[in-house]
Parts: sequence; C-alpha cells; structure tokens
Amino acid sequence: MKLSRSCMVGLLASGLLGASSLYLWAADSRQWKSLEKDGLHDPENPALKVMQPPGAALRLLPPDSAGNLVNWVKALRDRYINPRTNLYETTQVRILDSDILMKRTAEMPYVLFPHRAHTEWLDCSNCHEKLFKSQAGTTPVNMLAILQGQYCGQCHGAVSFPLTECNRCHSVPRSSVGVPQTAK
Amino acid sequence: MLKLLKHALPVLTIAFALSPVPEAWSEYGDVVLNRRSEQAGMAPVVFPHWFHRVRFRCKVCHSELGFEMRAGANDVTMNEIVQGKFCGTCHNGEIAWSAENCGLCHSGLPGLKSRIHGGHETLGPGRW
Repeated sequence: MKLSRSCMVGLLASGLLGASSLYLWAADSRQWKSLEKDGLHDPENPALKVMQPPGAALRLLPPDSAGNLVNWVKALRDRYINPRTNLYETTQVRILDSDILMKRTAEMPYVLFPHRAHTEWLDCSNCHEKLFKSQAGTTPVNMLAILQGQYCGQCHGAVSFPLTECNRCHSVPRSSVGVPQTAK
Repeated sequence: MLKLLKHALPVLTIAFALSPVPEAWSEYGDVVLNRRSEQAGMAPVVFPHWFHRVRFRCKVCHSELGFEMRAGANDVTMNEIVQGKFCGTCHNGEIAWSAENCGLCHSGLPGLKSRIHGGHETLGPGRW
C-alpha cells in the first residue's frame, strides 16, 4: 500500500502531536474542569471570563492524587504559596508542633495526628474544644462518625484530602516496636 | 476503500490526540450558598475554597472572621457583607474586589443546593 505524500505528512504531524500530548500527559496528568463545565457555574454568566480557572493556579502546585490534586501541606512548607495567616495585627498566630498517636483503631494501623501540619493552616479554636477535647484520648473519635462528617470528617472529605486516603492517617503499623501501650 | 482509509487515518489520529479527558466533578471543596440568594432573585453563590486557600490560611476566615466550618451553618446577609462583616471583611475594594461585582460571587446555576460540592471519591460530608 502506497500512501500519498500529503497523507504521509498528515500522519507524521498527527504522530508528533500525539507524542507531544502524551509527553505532557506523562509529565503532569492532572486535569481540572473549566468553570463553564463544572456543573456549578452558569456558563452564561459573563463574569466567568474574568475568573481564574482552577487549573491555572493549581497546576503550579505540588501534585497529589486526590482532592484538588494538590498537596497543600507541601505547597505551604516548600513555599510554593504563602497565604496570609491573619488580617488583624492583634491576632495571635499559633503553631503547635506535637504529634498524637491514636491507638484505638481496631485492626487498622495506628493514626498519627500531626499538630504542625494542621496548625499551619488552622487555629486551635477550629478544633478545640468543639470538635475535639484538648485532653488526648477523651474524644470518642470513630470512623463511622468521621464518614458522616464529624470529627476529622468535618474537613477531610470536604476540603482537605478525602477519606479514601486511609493510610495517610493510619500510618503507624501496629507491629511498631517500642510504641508504649497507653489506651485500653 | 483504500482511498477513504488514506484520508481518514490522519483525521482519526489527530482526533484521538486531541480527544478531551473524561468529565470530572466540579472542583473539590467548592461551596454553594443558596440559603437566601435565589429567594432574593439572585443566582446562588459559588465559593471556591481552592482559590481562597492559595491566598489565605483556613484560620483567617474560620477563626478571625467567624465562619463556621459547616456548609449552610453561616447565615450571611448582603447587608452584613456591605457593612464589612464575613466576605465583606476583604471584599471591600481594598483587599479584594468589592461587593458591587455581583456576578463574581452570584455565579451559580439556578436550583443548586447549599452544600459542599466537588467530592472527589467519597463525597464525604458533602453528601450529608
């Protein structure tokens, strides 16, 4: 079968196009929907033209596999972004650097809760004392409640990484040596 | 047949290379506020968490400004916003564009319910 010259050029061009799009896909396969097609914004609204589409901002940030497809904690730590911590000068910006090991996790790996990653974004009062008591081990956290939007589920599954990412919280193997037994 | 194939092949290859990715959800963490909007004849408000958290940490709105961390729990009125409360703390023409730009917030499709949209896999609390 002899292909005509124009056909060959066409094939070559499309091949190159395909290869380049494949390269871009492999480099960063993240895709965000345009505002016009997200099912929330009214595509007839003229203001959409001046709004920043998610992909324009988020593709510059370190990737993740879920949620906004952005690793927000890393984005902050590595200073991809430096969002404001306060509007009022009198506000005390509080960071707490302590981890809590939660061991009542049935057969799942233990949960290691990092205060630092949370307080870099949130204030103590966002969780304490309403969602969680300050005294470790006194709040009856359980997965069923979390899945219904209580405790950690207030944010995880809504704005922070979703509840499909089990091992990001359940990160400490039960067989860990040297972990003191505290909780009954 | 062969001629048809000659012409169709490049077209098909290009079409394949440019084919759009499958449709996904709206952006994770987008909140629709429609407690009052449509009743008052305005389009529902779409609040993009991703846009705001690039610029402000959660604690600014959820601690300093007093926004409850539950979609639908904040009974925000336009009056309060114009007086500089809630969204109006920044949306005053100084920190961010002012409340006169109605369509930038009131940008949602008619009939949307007040809740968190854009659930990624579990839908999570957005479902309840």
